[in-house]
Amino acid sequence: MTERRPTELEGQSPGGKRKGLKLIGTPHRRVDGMAKVTGQTVFADDFVAPRMVHMKLVRSTVPHARILRIDTSLAERMPGVLGVLTGESMPNTFGILPVSQDEHVLCRDLVRFVGDPVVAIAATTEEVAAEAALAVVVDYEPLPTISSVAEAIATPEPQMHDYADQGNIHKVVSMRFGDVDAGFAEADLILEDDCFFEGNTHLAMEQHATVAIPEPDGKITVYSSTQTPHYLHKAMTKVLEKPASHIRIIAAPNGGGFGGKSDPFNHEICAAKMALQLGRPVKVCLTREEVFYCHRGRHPVQMHLRTGFTRDGRMTAQHLKTALDGGAYGSYGVASTYYTGALQTVTYKLPRYQFDSIRAFTNKPPCGPKRGHGTPQPRFGFEVHLDKAAEKLGICPGELRLKNVVEPNTVTANYLKVGSIGLRKCIEAVMEGSNFKERHRKLPFGRGLGLACSSYLTGAGLPIYWNHMPHSGVQLKFDRSGGIAAFCGETEIGQGSDTVLAACIAEVLGVDLMDIRLCVADTDLTPVDLGSYSSRVTIMMGNAAIQAAERARELIAKAVAEKLELPVSRLVFADRRVFDAEDPEKGLDWPDAVIAAESKFGTLGTTGSYSPPRSPGKFRGAGVGPSPCYSYSACVLEVEVDPETGLYTVDHVWMAHDVGQSINAASVMGQIEGSIYMGLGEATMEESAFRRLPARLSNALVHKFPSLLEYKSPTFLDMPKMTTYVIEDPDPNGPFGAKEVGQGPLLPMMPALANAIYDAVGVRVDQVPIGPHMILKGLDDKAKGKPGRYGPGPFPAFDFGEPLDVPTLDEGGDGKATNNAARGLREDRGTMKIIKS
Amino acid sequence: MMRLPKFRFEMPGTLAEAAAIVAENPDRTRLVAGGTDLWPNLKRRHQEAGCVVSLAKVAGIAGIAGDGATGVTIGAMTTLAEICENDMLARDYPGFVRAVRSISAPVLRNMGTIGGNLCLDTRCTYYNQNEEWRRSIGYCMKAEGTVCWVAPGSSRCWATSATDSAPVLCAIGATIKLVSTEGERVIDLAALYQDDGIDYLTKRRDEILTELRLPAVGGAKSSYWKLRRRGSIDFPVLGVGAMLELDDQGVCTRAAVWLGAVRSAPVACADAAAHLVGKKIDENVVAEAAKLARKPAAPLDNTDFVVAWRKTMVERYVDGVLRELAGLPEKVKNPRHGIACV
Amino acid sequence: MTDGMTAAVLTVNGEDRMVVFPTHHTLLEVLREECALPGTKHGCELGECGACTVLIEGKPALSCLVLAAECVGRRIETVEGLWGKDGPHPLQTTFAELGAAQCGYCTPGILMTSKALLAKNERPSDPEIREALSGNLCRCTGYSKIIEAVEWAGAIMRGEDDGMPTETQVFGARTKAEVIDD
Ligand SMILES: Cc1cc2nc3c(=O)[nH]c(=O)nc-3n(C[C@H](O)[C@H](O)[C@H](O)COP(=O)(O)OP(=O)(O)OC[C@H]3O[C@@H](n4cnc5c(N)ncnc54)[C@H](O)[C@@H]3O)c2cc1C
Ligand code: SF4
Ligand code: FES
Ligand code: FES
Repeated sequence: MTERRPTELEGQSPGGKRKGLKLIGTPHRRVDGMAKVTGQTVFADDFVAPRMVHMKLVRSTVPHARILRIDTSLAERMPGVLGVLTGESMPNTFGILPVSQDEHVLCRDLVRFVGDPVVAIAATTEEVAAEAALAVVVDYEPLPTISSVAEAIATPEPQMHDYADQGNIHKVVSMRFGDVDAGFAEADLILEDDCFFEGNTHLAMEQHATVAIPEPDGKITVYSSTQTPHYLHKAMTKVLEKPASHIRIIAAPNGGGFGGKSDPFNHEICAAKMALQLGRPVKVCLTREEVFYCHRGRHPVQMHLRTGFTRDGRMTAQHLKTALDGGAYGSYGVASTYYTGALQTVTYKLPRYQFDSIRAFTNKPPCGPKRGHGTPQPRFGFEVHLDKAAEKLGICPGELRLKNVVEPNTVTANYLKVGSIGLRKCIEAVMEGSNFKERHRKLPFGRGLGLACSSYLTGAGLPIYWNHMPHSGVQLKFDRSGGIAAFCGETEIGQGSDTVLAACIAEVLGVDLMDIRLCVADTDLTPVDLGSYSSRVTIMMGNAAIQAAERARELIAKAVAEKLELPVSRLVFADRRVFDAEDPEKGLDWPDAVIAAESKFGTLGTTGSYSPPRSPGKFRGAGVGPSPCYSYSACVLEVEVDPETGLYTVDHVWMAHDVGQSINAASVMGQIEGSIYMGLGEATMEESAFRRLPARLSNALVHKFPSLLEYKSPTFLDMPKMTTYVIEDPDPNGPFGAKEVGQGPLLPMMPALANAIYDAVGVRVDQVPIGPHMILKGLDDKAKGKPGRYGPGPFPAFDFGEPLDVPTLDEGGDGKATNNAARGLREDRGTMKIIKS
Repeated sequence: MMRLPKFRFEMPGTLAEAAAIVAENPDRTRLVAGGTDLWPNLKRRHQEAGCVVSLAKVAGIAGIAGDGATGVTIGAMTTLAEICENDMLARDYPGFVRAVRSISAPVLRNMGTIGGNLCLDTRCTYYNQNEEWRRSIGYCMKAEGTVCWVAPGSSRCWATSATDSAPVLCAIGATIKLVSTEGERVIDLAALYQDDGIDYLTKRRDEILTELRLPAVGGAKSSYWKLRRRGSIDFPVLGVGAMLELDDQGVCTRAAVWLGAVRSAPVACADAAAHLVGKKIDENVVAEAAKLARKPAAPLDNTDFVVAWRKTMVERYVDGVLRELAGLPEKVKNPRHGIACV
Repeated sequence: MTDGMTAAVLTVNGEDRMVVFPTHHTLLEVLREECALPGTKHGCELGECGACTVLIEGKPALSCLVLAAECVGRRIETVEGLWGKDGPHPLQTTFAELGAAQCGYCTPGILMTSKALLAKNERPSDPEIREALSGNLCRCTGYSKIIEAVEWAGAIMRGEDDGMPTETQVFGARTKAEVIDD
């Protein structure tokens, strides 16, 4: 760790100003900044209500079993215990996706992993509730357990869920875009690789908490650390069997989410049920161990890649196979499965592409969406694969990538529409910054550089539930004081979405951030925003906010124009004034402008909404991958490896990210740096590891270390020097041209590290996280004349059957599959709403 | 939130009072110093206490006195931070200070004491877990269970000694003072430990550790290398404490090599030390000693990192620490520049 | 100390308050639950994350690993006490300006640790800041904005900076912006 700041001041203000924008593009203080540094932000667990009681969940201590008997009598007799719930009270299932409604709030007959909730206990204090929870006795009849994809394939019975595609394989996907065989026939080099990406978790610093407050009229308000209040609302409605309008969900600011608070959770619904039963507010706050059981983190994924290259480095075809270890429930798993294949095509030209995937049910906490949702794993495989190809072809890895960058405004083999693409610029920036050309493959033994790129979607193109309504809505209400109240269902999880909302409005109306009061993430008061996932908030809420603000500007302009006797076209909204462009002295102060408009039109309010454009894909599975636009990142990472021990340090990371247009430049930087951090953790140390005990003695299958100490995450002392480049290639679909930044820059970290380690010591580690023992083993093997590779064995044997055939645009395709009938499918709309065949 | 169980809590003002309370019911009473080990253990319910006696208000058992020429006494209640910030210790006992600096993180070192560090419970990833988790494995021998999951055939517990300061203190020959209602005794620190994950201390439960004594330095140099995953917070996965005394010719007159975190007690590498003494120290002698140091280490799969690799690291780290003490060129790099290991 | 309860005066943020609490409760619990000061956060309650850091006698301490009963008669400071008579503490200003608090959950603990650092070392170097804060985990920021915020607050406290953000200061010198013309 040397000097952190480059000596030269190379920073320049990003493009906002240049385009006549005032606030957008500048770094500005977050609207929630001061609350967060004074301790005033009320997180869910900070919330207290009069007469509040505390709830604890009793979780399964066995990995897979039938529940024989639940005895709560001892617990119920403990002084202070007020209420007990079991699965009987909540027969309806729930789940985030309509196709996998497979969770019960409390397990009814089966438990499927250690941590599955069985009983809920409410008591006067958390302490009593916890003691009582320990006093509950549950008898189980053990069932065989599954801990990996291979075991799931080998163990079709007993089924963990009867809706699985087959046995314990939750989902099978196989799709072929174009004549892949012909593509491989054109290739001069065909490369094959097996890679593995270990599971890991979000580890938000805040442990999930919920406070449910029953109201005297029978309604209920739930205050929760959730990234998706809208979907929690849906799940609650279903399980509680109450009209949706009687249930109000308010998402508290999340103390970090990263995807870990995107599912509706047992404890949230259970708190509401308990509150209704007791007629008293109920709080539940999970322990760190329980957070590991909620999980929904990165799927462990085994991959097989096969890619054809021409001599000059063009790709002719790719066949990717992925196998996801899904854990015990569906969660977002069907989407995750598709995501392990969908975005391979949006970075480099891949004229033909085949993708096969399975997701297995295993007796572990369910996996789901973590920052990058399903895409970091195949990205790791692809970028390591490209590093090998570059070496085989004798081309610089940077050049190889530059040669293949997708052209802007094109449609990929799998029918994704790419708009703006700043990847070329990203690659050039990090190569130049790191002096890559002069140093790669030329550094002394033990020191190396690795390059990798990535892309991520800016909002999922389709909603989780098929409908024709907007994905995000914003309502504005104008006060005579000039104050603006903005209502939106968006959820602040630390990413800065509150500030984006305020900034978009302030920019359009020329007001100050301080003029705006936000009311967000409240299902009773705010228009729906689908939630803080898939990097969708800035683009969708931002566009909705702009529309609402522009509508208001129109009204106000009309009124001001009339008053000043000027044409509307001459009015400028800036500096909290509305004035004549040609005679800036002539104008109204903002509050007077609002008063003029209210006088003319009556009470002022506007709405705005946003729905993403339709995507060209019309085959089954085409619902995952489309996005209004894609962000791009490129990274160079420098590593120093000690060949004596295999221990290494990451010394410097250069990261360039094409964000389209910064809204708040300070937040953009923060997101890039945070992504580097989390990617570094995944590359070097973070893993969700599980362990069995000797089979003759025990049936246990447990999370190895559900704690903040043993699940390793980087500290202040583990962070390298970082140089970040903000690339702004505005996309017409983005608000002011903005694209996502919260997830994309995480992705290239893992492959960049693997590639850098190869550059340093010639060892290929085809899996993450990369432990020192892997490098040392590779070096030892090399010394013995063996290939210095550490990685997984072959992809598990699995018959994917006949793939769904979708001819590419180049082949005259129209986005539809040609063999739906052969696959037993009906013509589908291409959404995530999948009809079971 | 994880919460503590109920217990009787006492904060006596004198050592005699403290000793008397502990003596009432030694098996059900626990001492607390900084609490950074005891409180987590109670919260997780793998330790229990009917009564907790705080040493915080006990007079006369904190502070640092003396220097390297005469030897040093350090009160048990001296915080780790105070040791880190002491210039005399940094000058005369750099290996010890380096070890203490590597303990967890600065905020914890403000609370943790040297006495608590020396008495620290042994650790194991099957044991340092919440009650609920331990239920799901049917507990283990160290608490409430019968089987040792690390070595199921074994009749003993293999939880690892996790104290960072003990290996180097044993290497320099530190002693400690133990006080109880029955009197006081001074023993070698090395004699405080025994290789049993459950009964890892030889002292009686009613004995209070009041003082750590460091011998005069003489010509000895000492150092400590710590292996851990992150630059901070983590317990040692391997600790190597070593002392080397060379004469003018570069011939070794005294040597000690101790390993931490590879058994239930700090272990002496007697063969390695014997190999060094009487020889002119060069790279080959060091390499041979490092090889010999492998034998007493018995890392098992109950902490971070892969076992076989950790065994290899014993040799590499002993090699590294001895090279450093002998002034030989660096071969194994300190993985965390200037922070965790230096 | 009867019946497992303690009634005592705790001195928090310069104010004495009489509190009655179960003796086995940690300072963290008593601050949040009895003192109505929920600004102090918790992420593990086992000493592993630093979210609960407060100052005891000016020194950072993990409030999850100390009994409130042990803190009687000692000076306790929490994030709620940072904002003084003269307005925000420089650290609050710089953290807010730079976006050093993203989700803000680790922030109270980090602010308190930083305050103690600056009190002891008015011009801490980058490695010194990292070392001092190395017991505080943050999952959002990648730490670098936090380091910059501490450096900047130090400059303000030394009187070398007026605390008014300039664009370069906020945007940082490490980032380069590149605009692609349409
Ligand atoms: C997250 C985390 C990371 C840690 N990392 C490290 C690390 O890297 N290296 C390391 O060595 N330790 C580490 N520790 C353990 C611990 O914090 C330190 O060892 C600390 O020095 C313990 O001191 P204490 O005063 O807090 O002990 P306490 O918790 O007060 O006591 C520990 C034990 O010693 C007994 N005891 C305390 N004082 C006396 C005495 N005077 N006489 C007799 N018995 C006594 C207590 O009864 C108790 O059983 C870590 C702890 C945590 C929570
Ligand atoms: S070593 Fe064995 S007995 Fe000891 S704590 Fe670990 S599993 Fe339990
Ligand atoms: S809550 Fe105290 S250190 Fe995590
Ligand atoms: S700002 Fe979210 S954990 Fe630090």
